[in-house]
Amino acid sequence: MSDLNEIAKKNIEEKGLPLIDEKKTNLPLYISLRELPLRFQFGTAKIQKFFEGLKEGKIYMTQCRKCGEKYFPPQADCPKCPESEMNWIPLKGEGKLLTCTMIIVKPSTFTHYDNYIVGIAEMEEGVRVLAWLRIDDPKKIKPKMKVRLTTVRRKPEGFITYEFVPCKQD
Amino acid sequence: MFELRNVAIVGVGHSNFGNRFDVRIDELAWEAFSEALKDSNLTAKDMEFLVVGCAGGWSAESLPSVICSEYCGTLPKGSMRVEAACATSSAAVTTAYNFVASGYVDLAVALGVEKMFESPNPVQIELIGRAGNYFWEFENFGMTFPGYYALHATGYMWKYGLKEEDLAEIAVKNHYYATINPKAQFKKKIDVDTVMQSRYVAWPLKLFDCCPLTDGSAAIILASEDVAKKITDTPVWINGIGASTGTGNLSKRDMFMNLEYSGLESAVEAAKQAYKQAGIDYNNAAKYFDVACVHDCFTIAELMAYEDLGFCQRGEGLKLIREKQTYNGGLIPVNIDGGLKAKGHPIGATGSSMMYSLTKQLRQEYAKLAGEEAQATIRKGRALAHNIGGTGHYAYVTILSLEKPHR
Repeated sequence: MSDLNEIAKKNIEEKGLPLIDEKKTNLPLYISLRELPLRFQFGTAKIQKFFEGLKEGKIYMTQCRKCGEKYFPPQADCPKCPESEMNWIPLKGEGKLLTCTMIIVKPSTFTHYDNYIVGIAEMEEGVRVLAWLRIDDPKKIKPKMKVRLTTVRRKPEGFITYEFVPCKQD
Repeated sequence: MFELRNVAIVGVGHSNFGNRFDVRIDELAWEAFSEALKDSNLTAKDMEFLVVGCAGGWSAESLPSVICSEYCGTLPKGSMRVEAACATSSAAVTTAYNFVASGYVDLAVALGVEKMFESPNPVQIELIGRAGNYFWEFENFGMTFPGYYALHATGYMWKYGLKEEDLAEIAVKNHYYATINPKAQFKKKIDVDTVMQSRYVAWPLKLFDCCPLTDGSAAIILASEDVAKKITDTPVWINGIGASTGTGNLSKRDMFMNLEYSGLESAVEAAKQAYKQAGIDYNNAAKYFDVACVHDCFTIAELMAYEDLGFCQRGEGLKLIREKQTYNGGLIPVNIDGGLKAKGHPIGATGSSMMYSLTKQLRQEYAKLAGEEAQATIRKGRALAHNIGGTGHYAYVTILSLEKPHR
């Protein structure tokens, strides 16, 4: 993208317009000078306990006090009842792997990580969690293998998140 | 109860799909719209409402329905843009259908258009990867679109012993039919080796398991029964529309996650709704249709569609592809226009593109476009479009029929 900017700038200097010839098709393209940086911010007030929990090494789900429905990702409102009285319960951490993939072509904001494995596991409590699975050799992955969900500081940024690691298999 | 009116497709148009650096979004919309006008012998002024399907985000115009309305000459008629991810233009057809069926207007057009190449490739991967539940799937875990469907592929492999070579067969079929569709993005025949030797994008899916990014447009003009009779001798009736929404988080999909099957619950629900409207038995659905377009954004997605639509039992989709039952002349020809996989997948134009192909098929005009080889034999006079948004986040199933619905 930045090289497009450079070419556009050069073309403005030389020809007065940010027009380029597209490489593959040789068709003329106008390169917009108005780049739009997008970084979102979203409220966490209603599920703040989840983030407090991460700092203590806990991963919380919620459970409706009225109907008993369990939620992960945790949410503060139960659409089934509809009530907003929730118990916050830390997951014990044991789960079995239901499916996984290894992401090789990554989003541009993830290219600084090595290829990563994303899995979904069913936890003892009955809720399911999507997270990275840290495993030394992907060939060791087995259907329904036992995994443990744990908090971790993600390198290189250092923020706290959660991931699966293999349990000692039976 | 309030009676809905019968609604027919009276005109269809379709741009060339591909990398369309030669046109802006409004110029691209015009290609499909103008072809639909010619097809129906109508003028822009005849249109009473324009429903634009455009997922957007990667293209410059923020108000595509306004820009396209003006360029296509439908001002000052009402317009709107609808969004249902990759099922956007099926949602546009559903909206236009309801405007006509309810008596709000007599003639409306659903115009799907997408200009994906206005942003560079990495921006598109980033944006499509966010098509789930943002914080819990993308922010920390960097899911990609192939990644979501790869989770389904792994689930299918673990349950039914699917092989990567089986998926390759679906790509081979759809590339084959794209070579004879003049509007398709890819024109090269491939074989199983081509797929198997392509690099992994999201294991177990490889580059040739994935549909491309595409610019394209497709327009569908809908009319009430009285008006349709004046326009055409071969109206293609909308005989059923099913729509369903799935959970944002893939982890919350109960049937898939309990390994009962690796399909999309929303697709099953949408199919059952549409079948009920059209009087079709879910357990034997294939025999009711001459041809189908299903949402093959990835090879695994086509396999899942066979089963979600009731074309075969769970786990038997493999058999359909191994026995070539979804080629033209088989049990049920599927994606014989090349599908998303090889015709291309301009997000907001894909559903209307399916209905373009199926309308041409039912009118027996597809041979003129692509040759006899890709013209289905029309015996039952019924065709099906299965259009999925996200990974089963949205599902639309639309049934087209030569026979007028009985009300």
